[in-house]
This record gives sequence, C-alpha cells and structure tokens, in this order.
Amino acid sequence: MTTLGATAIRAARRFASSLPALFGVLIFTFLLMRVLPGDPAVFFASGPNSGKEEIETIRKQMGLDKPVPQQLFLYLYDVGRGNLGRSLMTGQNVTKDLRERLPASLELTFSALLIALVLAIPLGVLAALKPGSLIDHGVRLFCALGVCVPTFVSGLLLIYIFYYLFGVSPDPTGRVDIFTTLPPAHTGFLLIDFALAGDFDGWWAAFKQLILPACTMALFVIAPLARITRASMLASLGSDFVRTARSVGLSWWRIIVTYALRNAILPVITIAGIVFSTMLGANVLVEKVFSWPGVASYALDALLSSDYAPVQGFVLLMASVFVIVNLVVDVLYGIADPRISIG
Amino acid sequence: MTTPKPLLNIENLHVTFSTRRGPVEAVRGISLSLAEGETLGIVGESGSGKSVTGFAMTRLLDASGKISGGRINFRDRDITKMTSASLREMHGSAMAMIFQNPRGALNPIRAIGQQIADAILAHRKISASEARAQSLELLRAVKIRDPEKRMNAYPHELSGGMCQRVMIAMAISSNPALLIADEPTTGLDVTTQKVVMDLLASIAAERGMATILITHDLGLAARYCRRVVVMEQGRLVEEADALTLFRSPQHSYTKRLVAASPTATSRVEDLVSDDDKLLVPAIPLPPPPKPAHGTPPLLEVLNLVKRFEDGTVGVANFSMAIAPGESVGLVGESGSGKSTTSRMICRLLDQTEGTINFSGQSISHIPAREFHRAPQRREIQIVFQDPNDSLNPRFNAFDCIAHPLIRLLGMRNGAALKQRVAECAHRVGLPADLLERFPHQLSGGQKARIGIARAIACRPKLLVLDEPTAALDVSVQAVVLQLLDRLRREDNLAFLFVSHDLNVVRMMCQRTIVLRNGAIVEQGESHALFDNPQTDYTRELVDAVPHIEMIAAGKMAAGA
Repeated sequence: MTTLGATAIRAARRFASSLPALFGVLIFTFLLMRVLPGDPAVFFASGPNSGKEEIETIRKQMGLDKPVPQQLFLYLYDVGRGNLGRSLMTGQNVTKDLRERLPASLELTFSALLIALVLAIPLGVLAALKPGSLIDHGVRLFCALGVCVPTFVSGLLLIYIFYYLFGVSPDPTGRVDIFTTLPPAHTGFLLIDFALAGDFDGWWAAFKQLILPACTMALFVIAPLARITRASMLASLGSDFVRTARSVGLSWWRIIVTYALRNAILPVITIAGIVFSTMLGANVLVEKVFSWPGVASYALDALLSSDYAPVQGFVLLMASVFVIVNLVVDVLYGIADPRISIG
Repeated sequence: MTTPKPLLNIENLHVTFSTRRGPVEAVRGISLSLAEGETLGIVGESGSGKSVTGFAMTRLLDASGKISGGRINFRDRDITKMTSASLREMHGSAMAMIFQNPRGALNPIRAIGQQIADAILAHRKISASEARAQSLELLRAVKIRDPEKRMNAYPHELSGGMCQRVMIAMAISSNPALLIADEPTTGLDVTTQKVVMDLLASIAAERGMATILITHDLGLAARYCRRVVVMEQGRLVEEADALTLFRSPQHSYTKRLVAASPTATSRVEDLVSDDDKLLVPAIPLPPPPKPAHGTPPLLEVLNLVKRFEDGTVGVANFSMAIAPGESVGLVGESGSGKSTTSRMICRLLDQTEGTINFSGQSISHIPAREFHRAPQRREIQIVFQDPNDSLNPRFNAFDCIAHPLIRLLGMRNGAALKQRVAECAHRVGLPADLLERFPHQLSGGQKARIGIARAIACRPKLLVLDEPTAALDVSVQAVVLQLLDRLRREDNLAFLFVSHDLNVVRMMCQRTIVLRNGAIVEQGESHALFDNPQTDYTRELVDAVPHIEMIAAGKMAAGA
C-alpha cells in the first residue's frame, strides 16, 4: 500500500536525521562525565592504605592518563564496535548489564503506561463530555494529586496500604520473590515469559510484584494524558464534523467514539510517546523504592561511584530509546491520520 | 402560493446565548412558515441571526445557545420540546443540514464512503455492504467522477466543491423532507458555486425536498429561492418573493442591502447611501493627472514564470503593464495563479523566471527576502485578504499603521509620527479614538480600514489588493470599495486588484486580466470584457455570477 510505503520512507528519513543528534549526545555525555567532580581511580582504589602509586596504576589501566581527545576517540571506536566498556561496579560489560536490566525497566514502564492510558483516556473523555461539571472537577483534582505527590511518597503509601495494612501484596523487593523459579528468558518480560512457559503461579507472582510499582508510576503520568485527552476531546466535540455527525442523526456512541475520540486521540499518541521515554529513564525513584532491578537505578549507582562507562552507556541507551519511541509515534500517527502520509 | 398545510412553522422564535457578559439574544422573535417542497432564502449580514435560526430549527445549537421562547412546528410536532432520542431519529431522516466550510464539516480521518454509509446506517437496519452500495449510488447522484475510487478518499484529498457534494450526499442519504443549507458555497469559486447550487436545486426538486438557503449573497438567494426573508439583528425585517424583494425593497435595511450588492451595472458611487458616506470625510477630488506621453509604465511584468518544487507550474509566462494611477483587475478561479502572481509582483515570493520593472527599474533581481531593504518596498504595498489574520494581535491600531512608517521611512516615535498616523486613519475614515484599540476589539470593517491605512501610510504608488473585501459583509464591502476608489483617485495610486468577485472587479478596475492555470486567457477593458467575453472560460465565469436582475428573465420565469 502506498500509505504504508510513505510512512516507512518518512520513518527512515526521520531516523537518519536523528543520527547526528545521537552522536551529539554521545560526545556531550562523555565530556560531561569528565567535567563532573570525582575521580574514578581514587574511588575504586580506595582501600584505606592505597597509595598514590596504586591510584596511578589504576588510572593507567583505565586509560585515564591519556589526554581527553584521545580518550574520546578510543571510546567512539569502541562504541562503533558495539562495546560500551566495562563497569567497575559490577565488573561486567555495560552492554550485558544493560541488556539484563532493560527488560525489567521496559516491562515496568509499559505496564505503567498501559494502566495510565486505560485510566486517563476515559477520565479525559468523561471530563470533556461535561466540562465544568462535578466529574470534570473530580478528574482535575485526581490529576493534580497524582502529579503533586512525588512517586516515592505515593509508592511508599501504596506499600503501606497494600503490603503492610492489608497484606495483599508481596514484599516490594524486585521482580519475583527468591523462591520462584524463573522461566526460560525469551523476551526478558517476565509476564510474557511465564505465560509462554505455562507457569501461571509464577505469572501471578510476577504480576503481584509488578502492579504496585506500575501503579505508582502510572499515577504520576495520568495527569498529562488525561488533560490532553480532555483538551483535544473538547476541540473535537466542538468541531464541524461532529456537528455534521449529529445533523445526520448518528448514534451517541458513534459520535463520541468513532468521530470525536478517534480524532482526539492523535495528540494523545504524541504525548504518550514523550511520557514513555521520560518514565523509562526518569523513574529511578520508583525503581529504588521497589528495589526494581532496572536500568535507571543501575545508572544512578554508577553515577554515584563515578563509574563512567555505565552512565555513558545509559544515556546513549535512553537517547536511542527516545529516537525509537519517536519513530513508533510517527508510524502510529501516519496510520491513524491519513493526512500525514501525504507529502 | 397557497399551501394547505405547512411543513415547518416557526412562531415567535427566540434564541439566547449565554456569554461571559451575560445573555445575548441572537434571534428575537421570528415567525416563518414553509410548505412541502418550497425553497426559501434567508439573507442577512453576519450577526443577523440567520445561521442561528437554521441551527435552532434543527436543534444543533452550540451548548451555550438555547431556544428561549417560541415554537418550531415540524409536521405538527414541536421541535423545541423533543427529547434527544426523537431528535436523533429526526436528524437526517426528516431534516438535514449542509454547512459552510465543507472540508471542515467532514471527518478528516474517515473515508468519505464510510461517512455516507454511517449516515445511512443511522436510520436503516441494513448490512454494511448494502450501505456501501447505497453510498456509492449517492456519490453518483451528486455527480462525483470515479465514485468507486472516491469511496475510499479522505476529505483532504478532495476539492472544496467535491467535499460539498459529499456533504450533500450525506444530507440526502435518508431522504429528508427539509434541507437546510447554511452558506453552502461561501469560499467556493463562482463556477463551483454554480455547479453545487444547481446540483442542490435539482436534487431538491427531484426528491421533493423543501430547501432553506441561508446566505449573505442576495444574488444567490434571488437565483435559487422563490421566497426570501431578510434578517437584521435577530429580526425578520422583510419577507416577499424574490423578484419583488429585489425590485422594490420596502424596508430601509433591505434597500441598503440591495444597493450595496454589486451587480453588473452598479457603479462604486451607487453602492452606499448618503448616510454612510458621511463616515468618510469628503475631500474635493482634483482631476486625475494625465500621464505624459512616453513615460514608462509604473509596473511592467515580462514573461513571469513560477515553478514550484514539486514541478507544478503556478504561473506560466505572465506579462502585463500598469500605468500610474491605473487600476487593473486579476480574476480567475482558485488555483489559477492569481495570488502567486500578485505575491511575486509585490516581492513576497521569488519568481522562477521573468522580469519585473517598477518605474523603469528592475526589481525582479532582488530576492523576496531582501526586498524589505529595497527603496521600492515603500512604493509597492499590499492590502491582504483577511483583515483578522493580517494584523498583529499584540499591536493596537496605532502600532499597526505606524509600523511601516517606522520600518520603511525610519520615522521615530514622536509628534510627527502621531500626526502622520492620525492623518492616515482620518483618510480611511477610522475614528481617532479607535487607534488605541487592539484588533480583537474592532469590527471587520474597521480592521479592513486599518489594513488599508497601513498600506497607504508610506504613500506608495502601487497597491496590490489581494481579495481585500472577501471577508466583509456587503454593506461594509461597499464602504471599503468606495474608500479605495477615492484614495486611488486622490493619490493617483495604481491598483492591482486580485479578486474572484467579477462584479467588484468590473466596478473597480479599468482593465481586467483573466487567469487560468497560471496563464492569461483574456484581457482588456473591464466593461467590454465582461459584456462581451471572447473566450469560453471567461463566459463561463461571467455566467456563473448570480445576478439579482437575472431572475427576471431566467430561472424564475422558468420556475413559475
């Protein structure tokens, strides 16, 4: 189909145009790490009796004695070969570390986004159908609470209620409790892997672990999604084509869903993409509170210990995810809106 | 015209809008009746409440509008008291509407065939494939070419006229007894307007539908409606059959409206009654100076070509000349290249090829983005089409007029600038106390005056007018046209007048150029050109203009 072809071409062009930005991110992060205070060699050498010589040796091993441009060149060379360096904290390749942790973050973020969308869109639509009503104000209040309560507070609150008071949730430590045997890793997404393995007890255990952190994250992003849904739904309901739909006597449901909502959903897609990228990288607090073995807490630990390679790798990963999410949004938009694929 | 039982009977209808400044009554007690199969025109200017009346009849008013009094009986049922369920039942199957801005009235992300099928399925329990077959039939009925292909097209892929046909197809899909068309052809070309209106009229006649045509265009109402009512400020001021109304209007407002509508024979002086003329200060006109023999033309355009990036040709080999003080009209349908041409001449757009000489000097070698520094910038000024969007919303009237004086003449803030701005405002008949106001606090006519004052502030020699009155009501248009004509004579200004309204061009311009697909089809002295067109295309354009006089010999005689 021509629309699909046009969308693919547009996506490819968009991807190509974001490569320089990725490169820029790479260099900027590298330089930023060098500027930040803290010497990794001192940090990792710091046994109580480590002398100057030992530090110098470590520095030499890490290549930090070379001039910065040369370091940068070596780094770029390694990245070009797919090697993001070695983490001094874990002693593993950064690529391997990230690959292990990314699915955990992705699973959490996807679930959170799903919960947020499932709640935010109906709320936004309800608010738009009766602007100024009690429902509208209620939604506004709920959204305001969601944004103004920090995630670590709402996370702890949820743990307090569901784990401590009611005891319905398992203890908030990681993706599964230690007694559950993990399914063979196909996708890295536990819910999917458990389902593929047919282990529904395991699935349920993983689900129970996931639901609280996912809700915590979702609460925080419901507000922008619901607000944009409400605003674009209002615009859509007041538009000429909805009036046309009413003038030919279409049913209420058809007018709201097929005519108004499908048009109103377009800006929501864009915002959802932005929200997703932000959640993936920025929700380090949720990962910390729930001991979630994700990439954000990994990067934070690395940053605190001046471990250059993981931080640089993390930033590069986030930038790539951002690019990919934007591409996906672009493609979705092209499918949802026939006007885009022209020109 | 006696009918036993009216289809629609409106008694003392009131519609009130709740606004931030309290309730505003848009319709103040109108009574109307309409027989089965009758055609009725509702004419009036913006704010007269004509569209609100239409929306009240179908109960499609915005949430802020409410029917605050009166009754609307449709086949002996009071619409004002209907439940939303029976209203939905009635919409489309008993009465349907056709809207202004057809492209906006269609769902932008749904294929048109599906939209028509939706309308059909709203009232009949048939399968999706049957509905699809019927929508295909309807597309055929509204004479859309390649209906099979168009079924899957989206509104943005169709022209405005096509979209309006789709809208008509949707409106007639369940055979309503009443069709309300709210400015159905505003924004369409005259030829498209004629095609769409003819189609609408023939479909309504064929299927015995009563039609209400809501329009600001007296000529259109005269051509297509048997009976016409005139609305002013929410009231019905006159009701008569079309011929009587336009031949011998009784109410003073109707008289003014009829006088202000440009016709094939009207002159600029006749458009405005004496009361309105007082708005513009009278200055005795000096006799127009005769250009000395052998002076170069003010503007000379040679072999102008514009090719766009995608390879389409916007303007092909366009040549013309304008003498000082001469007024030349540029007419053609949308897409004919008239706006592109005028933009190149006033150096807002770069040409691909060709030369433009102004007062004997070439200006075409100066790129459009550099032209604001050229000395000729102040000699060539532009009056834009949309008086709303062409004014900076953060500038008050004074700033708008002062802007070119500061930027082009290098004037500084001070007494001299103030005096100059006041003088410009005075010349365009803008009261001095309005200079403090911002665009949103002014009426359309006042904004148009600011646009003109801004254009004449630097005392240009050539004014390029891009549809300067297209967005204005006829009575305001009349005043603005008169103002422009007077300014031209006083300052010996030359006009390049771009318009789709042939009657306006005929009045305002000594010479007219007809464009089609970027090329000149015909040109010559305006009256001769319009009275005796030499090409089929010009004749088609001229014939498509609905004239009030034509009803005498034409349509009405045939219909009566």
